[in-house]
Amino acid sequence: MPHLDAAYNLARWLTRNEHDAEDIVQDAFLRAFKFFEGFRGGNSRSWLLSIVRNAAYTWLAKNRKHEVGTISDEEIENIQDGALNPEGFLLKNTDHQEVMNAIGELPVEFREAIILRELEDMSYKEIADVMDVPLGTVMSRLARARRQLQEALHHRRQPRISA
Amino acid sequence: MNCQEIRALSHAYADRELDLVRATEFEQHLSNCRSCSQQVDNIRALSSAFKSSTFYFRAPSNLSNRIRASTCAKNGTVRLPQRAVVRKEAWVQWIRWFIPVAASALVILLAISFVPSADKRLTEEVVSGHVRSMMVNHLTDVASSDQHTVKPWFDGKIDFAPSVTNLAEHGFPLLGGRLDYLQNRPVAAEVYQRNKHVINLFVWPTTGDRNTSKKPGVAKGYNLISWQEAGMNYCAVSDLNAAELREFADLLN
Repeated sequence: MPHLDAAYNLARWLTRNEHDAEDIVQDAFLRAFKFFEGFRGGNSRSWLLSIVRNAAYTWLAKNRKHEVGTISDEEIENIQDGALNPEGFLLKNTDHQEVMNAIGELPVEFREAIILRELEDMSYKEIADVMDVPLGTVMSRLARARRQLQEALHHRRQPRISA
Repeated sequence: MNCQEIRALSHAYADRELDLVRATEFEQHLSNCRSCSQQVDNIRALSSAFKSSTFYFRAPSNLSNRIRASTCAKNGTVRLPQRAVVRKEAWVQWIRWFIPVAASALVILLAISFVPSADKRLTEEVVSGHVRSMMVNHLTDVASSDQHTVKPWFDGKIDFAPSVTNLAEHGFPLLGGRLDYLQNRPVAAEVYQRNKHVINLFVWPTTGDRNTSKKPGVAKGYNLISWQEAGMNYCAVSDLNAAELREFADLLN
């Protein structure tokens, strides 16, 4: 089945639960088969992932309303927000579980941007298609996601640095 | 570029989204500015943390089967012989000999119900070919609305010369051609369009030399129409309605 891993990975990261992710992927594939005629050529992975994403958001809105819509994109102009800490940043000693938790704690809109970019290696254009937002929003969400990740990881390793 | 502009573009640069001109300017700045190049290094350090496969959740092995089963169940095509299992429980005293008998009966039943007829197999192959052509962004190998481009393109790629007609004036413009594979042989796929519907016309030589009338069919929600004429098999498949697909087929004569 094409793009099954990509679909599952996205759903798994958006829901953070394997059973819900499986349900969402199954639902998304059924929809994809049903609405296949809505597919007008182009990138089939983006098309499928946008269906998975919509299914996941519908699920989140129903079951975890507090997790969606917590960010605002008003600061698109202010991409400075995404400037990372200028200190040298080393991840060598950070263990995987910590990184995993830090990604899981990102707002879902940031999380999906960073998953599509770093794990699916998608271009900004493809991500914009999947998330159905303008390119500038993708850029700003990615920048802010990375900044939050860095802060979270930095903070945990050196808890006293901000004190 | 000053530091502020650089900071605004540092993510796009690290993600290889800048065009060549801006990337070059960017790099010029980096070579003279430690704090900006630190910024880019930080983004890359963070990206590299994702490169471990532990962050990628692969789909569990049963998920694909589960999806396949649920799509079939919706179409009502899954028919497993359940009765044999129920009877097995009722015949507990003869269970020792019943199990092998039931098992072999089950195997035979499954074998019978899962071996599709040649016709059905071809239909499935045609529909899969059509779906695949839409799904993997591989509708045409040669994209042209000119039959004098599409027809010669097939030369040397297949061992027969399919006729290619442009039916644009009848509302079925030619989009192009593609090589496909049906019944263990390469076939010509001619791609036409009706409004927003794509029609795949598969053409390959027949074994005999008889002409048959046009036979319509439906599979997985797609309409098909197939016939044999002048030593060629034709099979058109599309999500177009049956009447217009018939009109298309009639125009090809």
